[in-house]
Amino acid sequence: MTALVRSWQAYRAISGAWVRAAMAYRASFVALALGQVLTSGPDFIAIVLMFASIDTLGGFGLGEIALLYGLTGLGLGIADLVAGSTEQLGRRVRDGSLDTMLVQPVPALVQVAADQFALRRIGRISQATVVLGWALLHVDIDWNLTRVALLVTTIGSGAVIYLSIYVLGAAFQFVAGDAAEVQNAFTYGGVTLTQYPLTIYPVEVVRAVTFLLPLAFVNWYPALHLLGRDDPLGLPGWVQAASPLAALALAAVAGVAWRGGVRRYRSTGS
Amino acid sequence: MAADEPAIEVVDVHRTFDVRRRAGRLRRTRQVVRAVDGLSFDVARGEMVGLLGPNGAGKSTTVKMLTGILVPTSGALRVVGLDPAAARTRLARRIGVVFGQRSGLWWDLPLRDSFALLRRIYDVSADRHAAALAEFVELLELGELMDIPVRALSLGQRMRGEIAAALLHEPELLYLDEPTIGLDVVSKGRLRDFLRTINVERGTTVVLTTHDLGDVERLCRRVLVVDHGRLVFDGSLDALRRLDGTTRTVVVDLATSSPQVEVAGAVVTRVDGPRQWLSLPSGASAAPVVAQLAAAYDVVDLAIQEPAIEDVVARLYQRG
Repeated sequence: MTALVRSWQAYRAISGAWVRAAMAYRASFVALALGQVLTSGPDFIAIVLMFASIDTLGGFGLGEIALLYGLTGLGLGIADLVAGSTEQLGRRVRDGSLDTMLVQPVPALVQVAADQFALRRIGRISQATVVLGWALLHVDIDWNLTRVALLVTTIGSGAVIYLSIYVLGAAFQFVAGDAAEVQNAFTYGGVTLTQYPLTIYPVEVVRAVTFLLPLAFVNWYPALHLLGRDDPLGLPGWVQAASPLAALALAAVAGVAWRGGVRRYRSTGS
Repeated sequence: MAADEPAIEVVDVHRTFDVRRRAGRLRRTRQVVRAVDGLSFDVARGEMVGLLGPNGAGKSTTVKMLTGILVPTSGALRVVGLDPAAARTRLARRIGVVFGQRSGLWWDLPLRDSFALLRRIYDVSADRHAAALAEFVELLELGELMDIPVRALSLGQRMRGEIAAALLHEPELLYLDEPTIGLDVVSKGRLRDFLRTINVERGTTVVLTTHDLGDVERLCRRVLVVDHGRLVFDGSLDALRRLDGTTRTVVVDLATSSPQVEVAGAVVTRVDGPRQWLSLPSGASAAPVVAQLAAAYDVVDLAIQEPAIEDVVARLYQRG
């Protein structure tokens, strides 16, 4: 437990230093954060424009799609803010800066994630939050305590699922050198896939993002419950509340993979 | 731990790497490279030791194993009583590491912020940190540099910052990898003075790997020479100089240009006008040679040159 507290303190200290450094150039910070809003904004606008000529997509209306979009965008946004720097792992292995982290008394993963912490990444979080807020005003949800709790845990689970993907991607870079692109394929690719209702995809895709890489738990299953929709796969009802389980399972896999990566690095030296 | 326990114990350590090479279009051959091949040595607490060796001799691999970054293939290592690979994070609090080519500082942050961050990472109390920082800022003359981002520092300034960073948690043992590489003469001198100070006054054990034999000559009483992953020499600098096959030189200035002098126990290797160079084995005393010269010739001046340490080490590598 103390190790966890110490890791968190170290994470806060390192990321805090980067925030202070970025704030030294306030104008540039604001420009970069706005830039993130602007680059993540248009893909939702594209969906809105699409709905000028259609009423439903895969059986879902614009508000419902906004809910899916907001949930997955927010999950990725939080994960990207916390651990987006893990993309740098391949470079750290190559230039040896990982070694300097391995001789410090804080887990290397914490240091890799906190180093070059970029607060400007809240740009994506803001954009997703706005879309999610708009969605909640435009969809018909029969709110009760359980559904509110489901919404909150879904956001947390989504963040953990994307975090785990970042960590898995980083672990993979121990083996494959500079594989940040592979990592991106699953993080940004995952967001693009899950911002649409899964009903538009072949059933194999839905199975894959349910049982292989649990991206469907970021938004799809909880949203089905919130919206009172039937599950096209016909899975039992508890699956719609199982996002935290899926997140924990993936996090455990990611943890094992990361440890394996570090062990490989320390035993092969490259 | 016991005070008389060595700072470093290395017993028959091996480290091999699998290197894959492309051979033809798809085929790859595997080759086992022995980076460290049966290395054994001890370093006592408070010692200052130079680790020498040509590129690829296994120095970095050794330092990586001693810091716990790399796991040895076989053999036993203990550093300040801990197994480095197994207790890497615990060991990290008790050792300091300066990798000459990589920065332990945060490139975009001012030195002051880097130091403050290290206090949090190493969990050092504010009082102890402040006291250590004040001391190192003074000794390393960092006062004026504290608010400058690391990327804007000169190499010498940055290296002083790196060394302060590695010492702020007051480690018992300090590894320095090529600490003076690329520094000018004045910066080198300052850095060497500082290292001597912390070694003597704080009792910090120092292990430095270097190509700069000047570092070794001025700092280390003991030298370890590694080649092909093996220890080829362990002893004092003097003993290194007296190794078989090395020579000392007597340079003599005669009153007039003369033919080659004839002296028992030494051979003339060069004549330049009135000046002549005589070579004798480094184990032998120069006194009889000097006495004979003074008795038989009109000697104006005379000097004895010890073998250049570069030559001695180069000879060692050839033998290894």
